[in-house]
Amino acid sequence: MNGWSAFERFLRTDPSDVGCGGAMEVMDVYAELAVADRPAAERRYPGVAAHLRACDPCSEDLEGLMTVIRANGHGPGGI
Amino acid sequence: MRAAEPPDEWVAALGGDGAHRDDAVARLHGALVRVARSELHRRHGQLNVSGPELDDLAHQAAADAMLAIMARLDQFRGESRFTTWAYKFVMFEVSAKVGRHFWRTPPISLSAEDWDRLPDRFGFDPAGASERRDFIRAVRRAVDEDLTEHQRRIFVLLVLDGVPLDALAEKLSTSRNAIYKVMFDARRKLRASLVADGYLDDGSVRRP
Repeated sequence: MNGWSAFERFLRTDPSDVGCGGAMEVMDVYAELAVADRPAAERRYPGVAAHLRACDPCSEDLEGLMTVIRANGHGPGGI
Repeated sequence: MRAAEPPDEWVAALGGDGAHRDDAVARLHGALVRVARSELHRRHGQLNVSGPELDDLAHQAAADAMLAIMARLDQFRGESRFTTWAYKFVMFEVSAKVGRHFWRTPPISLSAEDWDRLPDRFGFDPAGASERRDFIRAVRRAVDEDLTEHQRRIFVLLVLDGVPLDALAEKLSTSRNAIYKVMFDARRKLRASLVADGYLDDGSVRRP
């Protein structure tokens, strides 16, 4: 990989990207699904998955939420 | 109420009154503080605070999350567990607090545009002086000629200066979503410009 390749990846945009607002709206549903089956979450919410690939802050929030879900168990009534 | 009760009982209790509501608020607040504290520990590398200061940030994040939750209680649709929905707001508030904290000790000076930083942001070989110069020249031209003044300002702060997106949103009194949208449009324009100039080729690098 060279610098141009990294920059090109940074510039690449996905028209299906729902933006931070769209991702934040369903992040709780996406996180529970992703803890159980990440590809299933990406298939159900492709626009959110596209956004998370490009947005570090939203990815960080999702990671935090998934960490809490895992720590508390993700079965019914887990907390 | 026990935390494991069905989500509609959380909504009913929090939206009700009397001792039952007070108990639900206290239980939820306690859970929000615990989650905020563990999340701040997880993000310790972005913060460099610990002890009482971290605990204070956790309480601030939990209190702000609680306000957001109570204001949106009627928007909970039961598609996730209530607690997952509630903890989502803790994550957002922790991010906002981390962004605000950035400005206490910003690691770089934002007073000058330093384009020499750009190659290092994208992993250029420090020894490739000619390639670095070409890269800077091409990107700077596209930024100067194709972006609006606002897009240019956001690009410089985020990419050249490395300001975290949430910190920039805090600085400009706007939302993460608004900054992201500006950069989304800027990235699209820059890519089109660099493709037109022959530096990029439909997803792959053409030169140098």
